[in-house]
Order: sequence, then structure tokens, then C-alpha cells
Amino acid sequence: MTRAAQARMLVIGIGNPDRGDDAIGPLIVRRLVGHVARDVAIIERSGDALALIDDWAGRDAVVLVDAAAPGDTPGQVHRLDLLGDNLQGEVSMSSTHAFGVAEAVGLARTLGLLPRHVVAFAIEGADFAPGAPVSPEVAAVADEVARRVEAELGRLAELLAGETTHA
Amino acid sequence: MATKTIRVDYIARIEGEAALDLTIKDQRVTGARLKIFEPPRLFEALLRGRDYAEVPDITARICGICPIAYQMSSVQAMEDAFGVHVDGQLRELRRLIYLGEWIESHGLHIVMLHAPDFLGFQDGIQMAAVHGDAVRGGLALKKVGNALMTLLGGREIHPVNLRVGGFYRVPERRDFEPITEQLKQARDLAVGTLRWVAGFPFPDYERDYEFVALRHSSEYAIIGDRIVSNRGLDIAISAYDSEFEERHVSHSTSLQSVLKRRGSYLVGPMARYALNFDRLPADIQALAREAGLGPVCRNPFKSIIVRAIEVVYACDEALRIIAAYRKPDAPAVAVEPRASVGHGCTEAPRGMIYHRYEIAADGSVVTARIVPPTSQNQLSIEEDLCAVASTALDLPDDALRDKCEQTIRNYDPCISCSCHFLKLAVHRE
Repeated sequence: MTRAAQARMLVIGIGNPDRGDDAIGPLIVRRLVGHVARDVAIIERSGDALALIDDWAGRDAVVLVDAAAPGDTPGQVHRLDLLGDNLQGEVSMSSTHAFGVAEAVGLARTLGLLPRHVVAFAIEGADFAPGAPVSPEVAAVADEVARRVEAELGRLAELLAGETTHA
Repeated sequence: MATKTIRVDYIARIEGEAALDLTIKDQRVTGARLKIFEPPRLFEALLRGRDYAEVPDITARICGICPIAYQMSSVQAMEDAFGVHVDGQLRELRRLIYLGEWIESHGLHIVMLHAPDFLGFQDGIQMAAVHGDAVRGGLALKKVGNALMTLLGGREIHPVNLRVGGFYRVPERRDFEPITEQLKQARDLAVGTLRWVAGFPFPDYERDYEFVALRHSSEYAIIGDRIVSNRGLDIAISAYDSEFEERHVSHSTSLQSVLKRRGSYLVGPMARYALNFDRLPADIQALAREAGLGPVCRNPFKSIIVRAIEVVYACDEALRIIAAYRKPDAPAVAVEPRASVGHGCTEAPRGMIYHRYEIAADGSVVTARIVPPTSQNQLSIEEDLCAVASTALDLPDDALRDKCEQTIRNYDPCISCSCHFLKLAVHRE
């Protein structure tokens, strides 16, 4: 990895730990602590999604891990390339806030404030009730998603290294 | 007779969930009901039996946008109950963190939630494609407000550093160095935002509100001494219950607050501005006049201008407080609980919040009462809706629905706080 690539990757676990399956994003990124390159930053966000635009300012690559609105298959994992995919047209990432992740990405895209690479892992939830535990089907995919995020970080690091080399 | 119902099942760009039913009979608006269906929050019951010292951190959880307002009103009420006075630099720091909340909340509402109404955009994201600089400015204002709250409160959402008697920890003077430059830049952005919104097309609509706000002997009141109105009300905070009452209405999970003798009233930026214009510095008054406002604004659609004026003021006032800051000897004054009743009232970004607590000798909460601004403005919102819709009955239903939603957003209502917000139905008969 190039030095710039090392310093510019961020993983964000999004969700409210006290609202059932909304906790899955933070739970997964906690598993990554100590298992990623030292200079990959890992943060959790449960509040204002608009703050994400500040969080990823200056980063070259960001990986978001978030719960998605209930679909047919709780625990199903969707990988979304947010620069390529239409987030709202794909799967609705769940938010308990006035501004959700989709709005933050949409606004950043319009304002030209998106990092060069933004990938999201959205895990379909089943129950978002206050105080509820994470559903077994959702908790069961935590390790798998953590491994996929690690692999994604490796892939992004190579991409960034290549971009730096060819810049 | 022809009856028509216009229904908005979920009002966008507000905090929380609500709906509106508008009934039109023989080309006359016969009813407007703001239906708040967000579940009751039950905070007042939850507080019973808790220690007084826990209350600021519990009440902060009522709102992610204006937690300081809840914390500050609760600590003021406790201090009133225990005969504690917090002044000097500690009071200035409290005012400073509150200014951060005003900047953050107003910045978000002006640019992302309210401005799209005037410019014909569906939302702030769509508007950003055309008014990118304005949106960046709004986000930057929000960021500075959040930074102030983080510096003094430990974090921007649900801060953890406020306590009865003061703070857990107070900053060093050097801690303010980075934010001072940010606030100077924010002040310029705020003036730009004020001039931008002043140029919006505004409906020609005014209403003769009873404005209610706090009043302070010298400051533009955030933490004030008296509750005053433009119709002669001038009472101590402790006399709140003698003049105001909350009542239950069947269509809302939020209580509606009224003046016992006169009914609806208005709290928030327009009320603060009308009742405290003389407390604004001369250069802010000049900016208001430049923006087309006199000392009183009765057009609720122009509340966006008043908010922008308050943001400029908040930046200036924050810079003044920081420039004069000297670290206090202790982060808090001593507090000794006693069996007593205390009252607190401060100015949240969207209006006055009243708290009352009865405390037992061991410091536990016996009863708690919290009256948020949206409860107080609910009846006034319904009256505005009747009046605005009456002037717009010839509009197609979609346009009338938009007009009603905009009327509600004039208030920057916080429904989560009041649940104790929106879907719109128009019934035409």
C-alpha cells in the first residue's frame, strides 16, 4: 500500500446499538478493531447522518456498514458501490434519523464531496424496535461481513496504490 | 354541500412524525388538525424516583437536535429548587454551548429543511445542485455549532458535560483557539445566508400573534429571568402555571399548551425577536433592517430571515464570550439537595421550554413536568393553517398541500420532542 492509501481509508459502522437490528453496523466494525491495517480508521455513528460528510472529508476510500430496511430475507448482505449504484434504487439503508445515509450520500454526490471510493455493506434487518436484541439471522452474518469488509479494504488499498502509481 | 379533505399522511422535512387533516366546506376552511402520532415519550414518568443529578443526562435524550435546551432548563430548575446561583464564567459557558446549539439547529433548518420551500425544490439535496454554495455554507454552520457543543459538552449529540451547578470539566482558554477562527468564518457565512434568504419570494401573509419569550435585563434572552408577551404578560418563571395550561386533544399524542385567558400563543425566533429586538447589538439590528425586517415580524414565512439573524448574532456573541473567557476556579458550584420545587425555562432554537420538578429531601425526583416548544406552538400552527389555506383554496390540492406543509415548517417543529409530526388530508365539502 502507498502511504497516502494507508492514511485515507475509513470504516464507519452506522446504527443505534439500542434498536434491534440497527445495531449490526457498529457490532461488525467492532470485530474489525485490531484486524485491519493500523492506519485504517474505524468509527461508529449512531446520530446525525449528515455528519458522515465531515467524517469522510479528506478520505480516499470509505466503507459503510449499516442495517437495511426489512426485506424478504433478514441477514441478507448487499454490497453496494455508492459511486456506481443508485442507493435508493437498490436497497433502503435504514435510519432512525431525520437524514439517512442515502440522503447524506446523495447530498455529498451533488456537492462533489464523496470520496473516490465508497462501498457499503447493507445487512437486511428484521426488527428495529427500541431495546430489542439483534435478530439471530442478522447476528449470524456478522463474522462473514467483517471478513468481507477486510477483503474490501485490501482491494481498495490496491486500487488506491494503483491510482497513486499512475497519477 | 361539497366537502373536500386534503390529507398529508407524512409531513417531510420536520423532525418526527405527524399528519394534517384540512377540511374545506363550501369553499371555506372549517378545520385544520395537526395530528401528532409519534408515540408518547413518557419522560416525565421515567424521571420519577431518579436522582436529581441524573436529570440533565436523561432529559438530553428527549432530542438529538436540541439536547442543550433540555439539559439547561432542567439544571436551571434544580438550581432554583436548591437555591443555587450559577453566574460569572460558568453562566457564560452555558450561554456559549447554547449558542452552539442555536447555530447548529438553525443552520440545518434554514438551508436543508426550509429554504427548498421558497425555491421550489423537493428537498435540500435537489436544491444543492443549483445552490451548492448556500448548502455548503449551511453545512459549515452546522459543523461549527456542533464543534462548540463538542468542545463544551463532550460530544455534539446528547452532551455529557453539563451538571446541576455547572460543568464536570471546563475548558482552558487555549482550547478555544481553533474554534475562534471557525466562528469568524461562520459569521461571514451567516451574513451571506441572511442576505440569501432575505431575497426569497415570501407570501403576503401576517397574523397578529401573541408572542411569548424570555426576557433578560441586558441580553438577547437565551437564559432569561422573566416570561413576557406583547399583550402585557410579564411573570417570573415560577408563575408559569398561573398563566399557561396544557390540554389533551384527541388527534394528538402531544399535549397542546395555551394561555389560560387568551388561548394560542407563539414561541420561537419570531417571538424572541419581537420581544427582544432592543437587546440585539446595533450592527445586528442594521443587518435585520437591511434584510427588510422592522423590530417586529408577523409573517411566519419570514421566520427563516429571523433565524438567519439569530445565527449571525449567535456567532458574534460566541466570539465575544470566548474573547472574554477566563477559566473559572471550579467547574461547578456546590449543590445541596433539599425537599423543594424548582422551575426552569430557557430558549431552545424553536422556542421556550419550561421544566418543573418537585424534589424529595434525598434529592430524588417526585414529579417532573416538561413543556416543549412544539406543544406550545401546536394550536398556533393549526390557526396558521386555517388562515393560510383560506387564502389558497383555488389552488389544486397538490399545491394547497405544499402550502400547508410549508406553513408547518415555518415553525421548525420538533415532533419527537413534543410527544408528547406529518400527514396532510384536505376534506372539501
